[in-house]
Amino acid sequence: MRDVVYLAWRYLVYNRWKSAILITSIMLIVYLPIGLNVVVEQSAEHLTARAAATPLLVGAKGSPLELTLNSLYFSSENPELIDYSEATLVAESGLADAIPLYVRFHSRSHPIVGTSLDYFSFHNLSFAAGRPMAVLGECVVGATVAESLGVKPGDAVISSSETVFDLAGVYPLKMKVTGVLDPVFTPDDDAIFVDVKTAWIIEGLGHGHQDLARPEAASGVLSRTNDNIVANASVVQFNEITPDNADSFHFHGDLAGYPLTAVLAVPKDEKSGVILRGRYTDDDANSQIVRPVTVIDELLDTILTIQQFIVAAVIIVGLATIATAALVFLLSLKLRRREIDTMHKIGGSRGRVASMLLAEVFIVVMMSGTLAAAITMVTWRYGPGVIESFVLA
Amino acid sequence: MIEIGDLRFSYDEGDFSLEIPELKVADGETVAIVGPSGSGKTTLLNLIAGTATPRSGRVTTNGYEISGLHDAARRDFRIANIGLVFQEFELLEYLNVLDNILLPYRINPTLRLGTGVRERAEALAKRVGISDKLARFVNHLSQGEKQRIAVIRALVVQPPLLLADEPTGNLDPLNKDRVLDILLQYAEKNAATLVTVTHDHDILHRFQRVIDFKDFYDHATELRINSIVRS
Repeated sequence: MRDVVYLAWRYLVYNRWKSAILITSIMLIVYLPIGLNVVVEQSAEHLTARAAATPLLVGAKGSPLELTLNSLYFSSENPELIDYSEATLVAESGLADAIPLYVRFHSRSHPIVGTSLDYFSFHNLSFAAGRPMAVLGECVVGATVAESLGVKPGDAVISSSETVFDLAGVYPLKMKVTGVLDPVFTPDDDAIFVDVKTAWIIEGLGHGHQDLARPEAASGVLSRTNDNIVANASVVQFNEITPDNADSFHFHGDLAGYPLTAVLAVPKDEKSGVILRGRYTDDDANSQIVRPVTVIDELLDTILTIQQFIVAAVIIVGLATIATAALVFLLSLKLRRREIDTMHKIGGSRGRVASMLLAEVFIVVMMSGTLAAAITMVTWRYGPGVIESFVLA
Repeated sequence: MIEIGDLRFSYDEGDFSLEIPELKVADGETVAIVGPSGSGKTTLLNLIAGTATPRSGRVTTNGYEISGLHDAARRDFRIANIGLVFQEFELLEYLNVLDNILLPYRINPTLRLGTGVRERAEALAKRVGISDKLARFVNHLSQGEKQRIAVIRALVVQPPLLLADEPTGNLDPLNKDRVLDILLQYAEKNAATLVTVTHDHDILHRFQRVIDFKDFYDHATELRINSIVRS
């Protein structure tokens, strides 16, 4: 057997390009349906787990999918905004706890999640280091963020502009890291958490600037009345909240009208949840309430249907590939007729010569299968993350 | 060594047929077979080797009636007792020189490939001047080198019978002599029988006996061999 395998191996190595193409083709045909299944199954499990852990979401009327993906997975597609008063309404209904969510800004590629401290307890997030944010301008980073940015409590992260051209709007806010979360292998690992008011400051709805009553700000003051001071752009605005300037930060207008992307509603019990959902059945309302698990199930149904089409296509292509591989093998036998005849002439046994040819097929199939298994393992490890990044991008 | 009696052979298709009432080749004898193309010289080698089977009659090689053996037994006999050399060398391009020499040991479980065999192969390679090329692929070698490798492949099992089908047909005079030297020296040293088909009349003087298929048409009885080409 060793001699048979040796000869087969020498043939495959000598014809390495032909062998590589054959192995790759068969590997892909084996891998594609299995890998696809692994990715879909794991992604579905991943998506469903997070959705199932989130009872209800209140958001602006529009796409429930967009609302869910933004609120649960911090996708970059922003849903329509609702007022902060929606959170107050939910909380004051007595039916559910309300956790505000304002997921719009980023620091590099990491989403900044404006929320409240209740978010940590709701998702059972624990701290690997540091403490929760306590005042404006502080933030808590997920495990992946801490690793990729190399930050720890005491360091700082800076919010990014929404677009390259957004020079006059959202400006970078330097935020102090007060805590790092333990890894939980959910989108929370990749997020930076701030108080929702800090998110509003990033947007420019709240700000801190030079005290206009002080003499050094006089050059920037355009007019001064009893209740109102009008200043020009030369007044220094702070892009970092420190103990020295924290008092200067303030918000203009009624906070109730400030924006949120969603309110995470945690009903007291099942009945309260049903009642709460009933309050959003009015077609004229500007807001909607969704059950994330229902939304994600619908998304997965679509993905599974697509998967079935892809698998059917792959099976057809696979049959064609196997037929082609068989043809290649038969043509190869024809081309090697003289070589095979020589072996028979000098006394090669029929079994040995046939075994050598079969060993070539066996080695090709085994290598294809091994490679397919290895890539499936890699897919199992990294595939869902890649797919989710596509789905949620 | 070789005894043929009342042999009749023809292919399933075509008009060729061969009849040999009697042919004997003694142990250690070196024989050259010449004659026109298509007269049956190569067919005779195939019958002696057992790669072709006669319609009737018997072929006895090294004491075994090879024509009476079944296919697997003929192969086992051939691999251990007959060294075959071809005009076109018939080396495997995907094997290096050493692996080509050792090929018989890998394609039939009758032979066992061991250290002794490897040493013998290397010694033979050294004797014919290709010991520095054992790791090379045969496509990168000259015609003369290829034929020397093919000859060593036939000799490595130390067969008592060598059958060579125009072994010098594709060689220049220098390599022709070298290959013949190797074959004849082996036959002499090991008391092996050598039967060579050739078109090259310049080398006939080196053989103990010459069988000319052309002469057969005029002197069949004297040669005690009968070959007929029917058209």
